[in-house]
Amino acid sequence: MEPFAYRRATTVDDALTTPGATFLGGGTNLVDLMRLGVAAPDRLVDVSRLNAEIEETDGGGLRIGAGVRNNDLAFDGRVRERWPALSEAVLAGASGQLRNLATTGGNLLQRTRCSYFQDVTKPCNKREPGTGCPARDGDHHNLAILGWSERCVATHPSDMAVALAAFDAIVHTSRRLLPVVELHRLPGDDPARDTVLEPDELIVAVELPPLQVARSSTYRKVRERASFAFALVSVAAAYDGADVRIALGGVAHRPWRATTAEQAIRDGKSFREAAEAELAQAEPLRDNAYKVELATRTIVRMLEELAS
Amino acid sequence: MSVATRLLGAPVDRLEARDKVEGRAQYAYEHEIEHVAYGALVASTIAKGRVRAVDTRDAVAEDGVLAVLTWEETPKLPKAAGELAVLQSERVSYRGQIVAVVVAESYEAASRAERLVHVEYDVEEHDVELRPDHPTLYKPDKVNPQFPTDTEEGDVDRGLGEAAHTIDLTYRTPGYHNNPMEPHATLALWEGDSLTLYDSTQGAYAYSETVAQTFDMPRERVRVIAEHVGGGFGSKGTPRPHVIAAAIAARHVRRPVKVAVTRQQMFALTGYRTPTIQRLQLGCDAEGRLTAIAHDVIEQTSTVDEFAEQTAVVTRMMYAAPNRRTTHRLARLDVPTPSWMRAPGECPGMYALESAMDELARASGLDPIELRVRNDPSVDPESGHPFSTRNLVACLREGAERFGWQPGGRRDGRTLVGMGVAASTYPARKRPSEAHARRNDDGTFTVQVGAVDIGTGARTVLAQIAADTLDVPLERVHIEIGDSAFGNAPVAGGSAGTSSWGAAVVQACRVLLTGEDEAHVETESSDEPLAKHGYGAQFVEVRVDVDTAEIRVARAFGLFACGRILNPKTARSQFIGGMTMGLGMALLEESRVDPRFGDVVNHDLAQYHVPVNADVPDIDADWIDEDDPHINPMGAKGIGEIGIVGTAAAVANAVHDATGIRIRDLPITPERLAPALMQAADS
Repeated sequence: MEPFAYRRATTVDDALTTPGATFLGGGTNLVDLMRLGVAAPDRLVDVSRLNAEIEETDGGGLRIGAGVRNNDLAFDGRVRERWPALSEAVLAGASGQLRNLATTGGNLLQRTRCSYFQDVTKPCNKREPGTGCPARDGDHHNLAILGWSERCVATHPSDMAVALAAFDAIVHTSRRLLPVVELHRLPGDDPARDTVLEPDELIVAVELPPLQVARSSTYRKVRERASFAFALVSVAAAYDGADVRIALGGVAHRPWRATTAEQAIRDGKSFREAAEAELAQAEPLRDNAYKVELATRTIVRMLEELAS
Repeated sequence: MSVATRLLGAPVDRLEARDKVEGRAQYAYEHEIEHVAYGALVASTIAKGRVRAVDTRDAVAEDGVLAVLTWEETPKLPKAAGELAVLQSERVSYRGQIVAVVVAESYEAASRAERLVHVEYDVEEHDVELRPDHPTLYKPDKVNPQFPTDTEEGDVDRGLGEAAHTIDLTYRTPGYHNNPMEPHATLALWEGDSLTLYDSTQGAYAYSETVAQTFDMPRERVRVIAEHVGGGFGSKGTPRPHVIAAAIAARHVRRPVKVAVTRQQMFALTGYRTPTIQRLQLGCDAEGRLTAIAHDVIEQTSTVDEFAEQTAVVTRMMYAAPNRRTTHRLARLDVPTPSWMRAPGECPGMYALESAMDELARASGLDPIELRVRNDPSVDPESGHPFSTRNLVACLREGAERFGWQPGGRRDGRTLVGMGVAASTYPARKRPSEAHARRNDDGTFTVQVGAVDIGTGARTVLAQIAADTLDVPLERVHIEIGDSAFGNAPVAGGSAGTSSWGAAVVQACRVLLTGEDEAHVETESSDEPLAKHGYGAQFVEVRVDVDTAEIRVARAFGLFACGRILNPKTARSQFIGGMTMGLGMALLEESRVDPRFGDVVNHDLAQYHVPVNADVPDIDADWIDEDDPHINPMGAKGIGEIGIVGTAAAVANAVHDATGIRIRDLPITPERLAPALMQAADS
């Protein structure tokens, strides 16, 4: 690990007084990356103790501070009642110990677990732009089927972000408000950038607007190991007969809001037709075509369960 | 003569349990010693070629760096062989091989400087892929440890031709990596010409022998201490390259040096189970009696050393048939040398054999238990020797009863449910061992044996054995293990540890019973004309989600016949631990190689999936009464490995029972199962 300066911020304004700083939340991903040599920040500003509250907003929404720990979010009674898929998604991630540390803001900004990205002895366009993407023709059985580019086929690992994407959550940064579905980028020509955040821009909260259909929602994470594994595919779905929200995880460089499927259902198509319409955009890699049918069937299954 | 029973058979708590829970138990890397320096291993980033130049200037310029050793300045060790010829030449034989060692004042400085060592290579084309038609395939002179490579009896083709039912199928297992909780670590300390190693090892004495040989010095001048070891599974059964690196570095800087292998480095440096390609041909008559058995194995070794896993050896003993053949062929690849992993040979071999028996049972319309019962031999088919004890049939029958064996598959909503069974077996060995016993003035006894407790509970069981033999309460026995200075003792491996050490402890304690105050004994190996093995039957119920292809083990039960069980508490942990590892082999674990780079890509615990608690919701093991007087005075057979033998077949058989789909390529993941499952679901 490279030496670095560490400072614990007392306020958001204080956090922003160190130019070029890297913000530290729970450290459950960043510290790993520092140990691996993938990340080597000069200056760490610890923001994990800021914005640790969940507050009601007008009209029945919630404002979740960026410093709220994952377990505190998952076990919040209001979240479990009004956005159950969000609680389920958070609990589907990592382990109890990690969730006690990991923060809401940090969870959104965790980095891909692509093997090549995490191994500094190998090329990776995300880690070292221009060196190439060995995953494209390498071990990519659990990488992207949607929205990838020749430069990067990584997936975003968060479960929480998938549920937030389904629920039209809004990210509050130190500079602006941003729909969560616009926070993460597709890799395109610049896979080094996971998000649209600018340097020295800090996530301070995530807002959940009131959403009736979210009360009838669920999260399903498909994985080899029953716990403590990243998703092969995951689905956050909300459906109450009148309204529908669907987002996918484990399939793209960002949480994938399934707007095509949602529109198809509004147009009266069957769940299967809707799911197929969404996955018609998929371009599987050599070894991950199984994910297309897996995602399709899991969408249908979740919607059927919510409908019954 | 067997020992009295009072403590043996009692569920005694681990003697060191409290120390471990409270963090007082010291593992190799935790030993504190003055003036210690820290080593970090620089690993090759090519799979084959030569080190052309090493630029150490940036690394040496780092604060706290004491030295950077490359092959050029490392003293030559003419006796160093195979993987232990560390830094002996410019040759690179696999990706991840040690090409330099950094020594620094702190772990942080060493690991940072490790990334500042710039190595230039002359790269050669490498090949790391095991293929059935690999051009380097050859027949080794023997397979591990000393078995004939091939065997043949009768005429397999004729036996198959005469059979009413036959199968001819190929099964594949991937490479598997041992992932003990405690990664490999060594503290090396030279005092004059003598070397002391605090090491995470399965065999203190064996390490002292091998390390002494490597440095061409008398064994007595190498002392290996391993008081507590956090798992090994075979990967700490032989010294790994970092041990030699630590000793070289310590001698170079004239200070004690600690080296810890990182989890990622373990995937190159600490051994693994070879991938296998196994062809099974079985034929049986109309009554289900086997007419032919053929087991042909293709597996890999490295260009550094030969390691020939004895994969088909178990098939020579398991079932009888007039026509039988087993073969082993190795490909020499540009990979790390395979090594020991829990039940080497038996584990991958029985996956294929017990899967094939299940497929033959289906082909012949017999219940898979019945097929096995009809082919249970009365004598060892290979040697003709009687079995010391063989209670496989009892395990199958009683196990089926207790498990509620009802195969045939059923549907529960969107879930397919099925059951599978497989036999387990593992050799029951006893090896020569020394032990020392002493009567103390305060009425207590001290027993020393060069055993290592790698988490099995061996320390506790040895104390039970000593106390029972001496007929005193457990509190009056001080058991001391984990030190090569206690004399020759076999490794904690081959399921022979407790059997061998225990036999020596019994013998030493019996000398005290004759009135002596001190006794040092050395047991000998026996060569009775008997086939000595433990047996078991494993039953698994799986649930397969038709939409997601996720496979979850709902229940697993193993019933074993392994002689006397000396401590039911630690024994149960061994059995279900092995079974859990077998579930991982079946459904999760796979060392995924990127052939372009030549290494294992998923080289950490986030990507190399071992089972977690959620994967084993209902797992249990039990045993039937058996007392085998032919193994050791305790009447016990080793149980460290048998739990992993057969599990993967039982799971694969259950998945087939549930879905009608046979995956012969482990692990059975959603990736592999989904295509066929979804096709079946649609039809």
